[in-house]
Amino acid sequence: MMDFQVVVLAGGTSKNLVPLVSQEVPKALLPVANRPVLSYVLELLELNNLKDLIVVVEGEDAALRVGGWISGAYVDRLHVEVAAVPEDVGTAGAIRAIAHHLTANDILVVSGDIVSDVPPGAVAAAHRRHGAVVTAMLCSTPVSGPLESGSSSGKDKTKKAGRYNLIGLDPTKQFLLYIATGAELEKDIRIQKSILRAAGQMEIRADLMDAHLYAFKRSVLLEVLDQKETFHSLRRDVLPYLVRSQLRSEVLLNGVPQPEENGNEKIGTQYNQIMQSQILANASKPSFHQLYALGPNNGPDLVRRTHKCCVYIANNNYCARLNSIQAFSDINRDVIGEARNLFGYSFSAQNNIIHPSAELGLKTTVGPYCMLGEGSQMGDKCSVKRSVIGRHCRIGSNVKVVNSVVMNHVTIGDGCSIQGSVICSNVQLQERVVLKDCQVGASFVVTAGSECKGEALAKKEK
Amino acid sequence: MDARRSSRAVSDPKVRHVGFFTPNAPPLPGRTRSGPRAAGSPPLSESPASNTLSPVMIPPPHHLSDVAARTAAVPVPDSAFRRTDDGDQVPVGSYNPSESLLGTSPVASPTSVAGDGELDFSEESSAGWHRRKDSGKFASSFPSGGFKLTTAKGPQNSAAKAKNLAAASDAKKPLDVSEKSGGVVTEVQDELQPTSKQPLKAKTTKAERRALQEAQRAAKGATKGQVIHDQKHRMNPVSVLNLLWLFKLILSLYFCVTLTKHKSGSKSATVSGGGAPSKPVKQPSHRKNAVSVVPSVAVSEKKGSERAPEKERKKDVPPPRMQFDDKNRVEKAKKRSVVHQTEAIYRVELFRHLPQYEHGTQLPDLESKFFQLEPMHPAIYKVGLQYLAGEISGGNGRCIAMLKSFEEVIRDYSTPREKTLSRDLTAKISSYVSFFTECRPLSISMGNAIRFIKSRIAKLPLSLSESEAKAALCADINSFINEKITLADRVIVKHAVSKVKDGDVLLTYGSSCVVEMILLHAHELGKQFRVVIVDSRPKFEGQTLLRRLVAKGLSCTYTHINAVSYVMHEVTKVLLGAASVLSNGTVYSRVGTASVAMVAHAFRIPVLICCEAYKFHERVQLDSICSNELGDSDAIVKVPGRMDVNYLENLANRENLQLLNLMYDATPSDYVSMIITDYGMKRSRRSASREGKKLALASALHTVKRLAMASEDRRSAARGGEEMMAQSMGREMEEEMKP
Repeated sequence: MMDFQVVVLAGGTSKNLVPLVSQEVPKALLPVANRPVLSYVLELLELNNLKDLIVVVEGEDAALRVGGWISGAYVDRLHVEVAAVPEDVGTAGAIRAIAHHLTANDILVVSGDIVSDVPPGAVAAAHRRHGAVVTAMLCSTPVSGPLESGSSSGKDKTKKAGRYNLIGLDPTKQFLLYIATGAELEKDIRIQKSILRAAGQMEIRADLMDAHLYAFKRSVLLEVLDQKETFHSLRRDVLPYLVRSQLRSEVLLNGVPQPEENGNEKIGTQYNQIMQSQILANASKPSFHQLYALGPNNGPDLVRRTHKCCVYIANNNYCARLNSIQAFSDINRDVIGEARNLFGYSFSAQNNIIHPSAELGLKTTVGPYCMLGEGSQMGDKCSVKRSVIGRHCRIGSNVKVVNSVVMNHVTIGDGCSIQGSVICSNVQLQERVVLKDCQVGASFVVTAGSECKGEALAKKEK
Repeated sequence: MDARRSSRAVSDPKVRHVGFFTPNAPPLPGRTRSGPRAAGSPPLSESPASNTLSPVMIPPPHHLSDVAARTAAVPVPDSAFRRTDDGDQVPVGSYNPSESLLGTSPVASPTSVAGDGELDFSEESSAGWHRRKDSGKFASSFPSGGFKLTTAKGPQNSAAKAKNLAAASDAKKPLDVSEKSGGVVTEVQDELQPTSKQPLKAKTTKAERRALQEAQRAAKGATKGQVIHDQKHRMNPVSVLNLLWLFKLILSLYFCVTLTKHKSGSKSATVSGGGAPSKPVKQPSHRKNAVSVVPSVAVSEKKGSERAPEKERKKDVPPPRMQFDDKNRVEKAKKRSVVHQTEAIYRVELFRHLPQYEHGTQLPDLESKFFQLEPMHPAIYKVGLQYLAGEISGGNGRCIAMLKSFEEVIRDYSTPREKTLSRDLTAKISSYVSFFTECRPLSISMGNAIRFIKSRIAKLPLSLSESEAKAALCADINSFINEKITLADRVIVKHAVSKVKDGDVLLTYGSSCVVEMILLHAHELGKQFRVVIVDSRPKFEGQTLLRRLVAKGLSCTYTHINAVSYVMHEVTKVLLGAASVLSNGTVYSRVGTASVAMVAHAFRIPVLICCEAYKFHERVQLDSICSNELGDSDAIVKVPGRMDVNYLENLANRENLQLLNLMYDATPSDYVSMIITDYGMKRSRRSASREGKKLALASALHTVKRLAMASEDRRSAARGGEEMMAQSMGREMEEEMKP
């Protein structure tokens, strides 16, 4: 398939999402608009005709669950291999673990928590076109925090600043010159002079996010992983390393493939080969890498090895990663809200999705951009705004749900008010519970009349 | 020979039977013998008249009176046309007329015999037989015509007869020569010119046509005197005839496209049947006497066998280029296209026939479809993207990139079930080519390379296994790259370096890879010279060249094209690359080349064009309008990195502003002093067109001429060619006139 192999890194039970994920619900299966988040990636890939996938899951249990779900949901549509890797090996470790499965020239590494409509083909094509060792997809950082809809309070939400990447691009916006993630930003920015000099100009942007969709040249990726055993994460270690070393490449490749196979042929053909590649090289528009490699200040014999790190910037697409609780509610909101047209949901005239089997009580209103799952029941005089309510929930009367996510089999007593919260599966909210910006872990029972604000409520793990 | 004689014995009585007008004819054996040229002229007026009419009236119900009127009315022009025609049929003559007659016309039996007689005559050339057979021949090939002729032109009959005879006898000579030459041509082209693989098809080898045309004109000029002598009373018609002939030529050119299908069989038989087949072709026609059905079968078989390669050949021919102002075809092409292109809103009026698209939208669109275009090979896709993004440019570079991608395709190719390799692969490659065309219009170098590959695929012996065939194709591609590009470049460098003297100041424009090699090589040889690199917006290709040259230690001057008239003072030679050299000597190259050449010409500084022979093209182009490529108009609006001079920022989409970014221009041969190719250096100047033509992939003219010299009678050879040509046109006329 165009000589690409796809690896989906589905993760395990991420610590960032702790009250939401659990042994039973690994990150990949967290519901986004009542669908596991992984399904968004898989369907995006399917849409792009990528049907042979390797899904890597951290932890045996999680792998079993994810594998079970995939084989149920995509039985005839996708050919998926689910690989389990130990927990905490990181993304780099995950690739190391499945290295022997990788055979194609280029590898597309996709994080399992992306909700996006960016065609992965675009990344792959940019990668191919430049013959890059790595191509990263960047997208504009999503607006974080709940949307100020008219009815909700205009209060400032606490936004965590400084989670951004700093990304340096060349003037053509095709090459990656610098990348630093949040943690490193506390320190000073260190930019290599040689890269800056070669590229001439660097544009540093903070409004782009690394979407964790990479195309790697397989040989390079495996070599780097092999040599640098301490590398733990693709995003934090491998990518910055490749970017840093692009003008003094230590990886095998040098843009132009070496004619190794023709070693035993005649000198004449060798000469022709050289001439051919020279004509080709002269015919192609030189990137700053080539100019640097053939720079006037080094001797003609010394050829500097370079490799290219490219970027694909998705401008007009929706792209978000489910890597925090905030992101979880944001994505849930967007998928049925502003990005609702991208994922194939069919909306009713009121711009919401109410499953036909759902039962609504008297004077209960479900506002626009809401979703009500299969078999859910709601009592009288309830109001739901910009929220997702899962399957088989039983909601009493006089309940307000605003900007929240309620997963499956949740029981909500009369007179509850839920705002900006995430309620996991099998949770029981007794009467008159007031939750604001809370996360309630699976199977938790919130006692009647309790008021919480900004808390994470979960069962104690044994 | 023996067989022939015996056959003749059978045929003789019939011949006599047919040749009822022989008594009228004056004995002309001496004349026929005298020389083909002398003989050639008379038919000009007379015999053809009948000829042309005959095919039209082949269903013979309407006869004498009708015909008489017609012959009287328009006898000469038709005939003039036919003259050549008639000759033309001769190479065919061995079987072609008889074939048609046998098959269709009621006059079959006598004519077939007559045709045979003609052949005998040619072999024997005994005076007594001549007459009869000639006349017989006439009757044969133009069954009704023969009658008409006699009846209609009572008084002139004898003269006419004479001419007919002369024509026939004359025609005989060319037969051999042309057949032979035809055969050789095919062979030669097979061996030498892999790029121009479809040699003898009238439609494809325009160069050949042109050559023949020229030869014809020359012959006509020479024969005119003769004509006057022969028939003074016919003088006026001759000039009329010329006019009509021209008219017909135009008509036939027009119809040749539509009619090739019908004709392909017979034409291929006539034209490409050369070399080896010529003998076997003859034989059936001899045997005809004995069993008149056999030959037709033989012929039809022949036709069948000919037809297949003919089709293959047709495939090699690039389809006529799309005119983008032709809405229907554009719509169709759009449906097929892979790359989504939005047409520019405000198109440059003069260039409406060229694709004018909004730039900048195709690439992201195509990229996003990366995985969705299943049948596309990744290598193809990559190269296409690179074309589209402008990352590979330059004729050689693009050609090599394309060939390399084809090589990968072929390596990864496996024939699907129930398909044959040659057909399926050709179709595949065609689809890839159309994809490339969508990414960026093909360069001429690429077109030639594609033709080469397709012909190679078509010529694969069926006996080869798949892996062998693939290996053979890969080897072919590699040898094409090596021989036609890299080796050619080396040879050009070797030639051109001899022109670089100490103290020279060489000017070059843009960045041509051959010119670069020449400069570097001359530098390596220790020659003392200076280089002036003239460059222009928006591509600044000269800068990359400059960078490489300076890195190698050459002393360079860099300037923009605005200053060319100033720099030209100090220059001693101008070295330019070319995207293509056309057959009229026009050099098709990066836009700006023409003005550099013109300035150099005005300063009387020699302009040397360096161009590999595989980039030559048989097309004739007089300006850079009818065929060109339009680049991204934004490129000329925006000045990269200069925010302060972007005055045109928001003007791009204005109705009263048309942005034109031409990619190529045509340098007339007048400005070119010399063309350096891998076959040698050619002075251009006045004879540019001829040289260009000769070099243009060994056009048929070239080979025909060479062969003519080798053969005993040069003139007859020339005539053979000319007649061949004329016949094809004549047939078109026939076809056209048939209801």
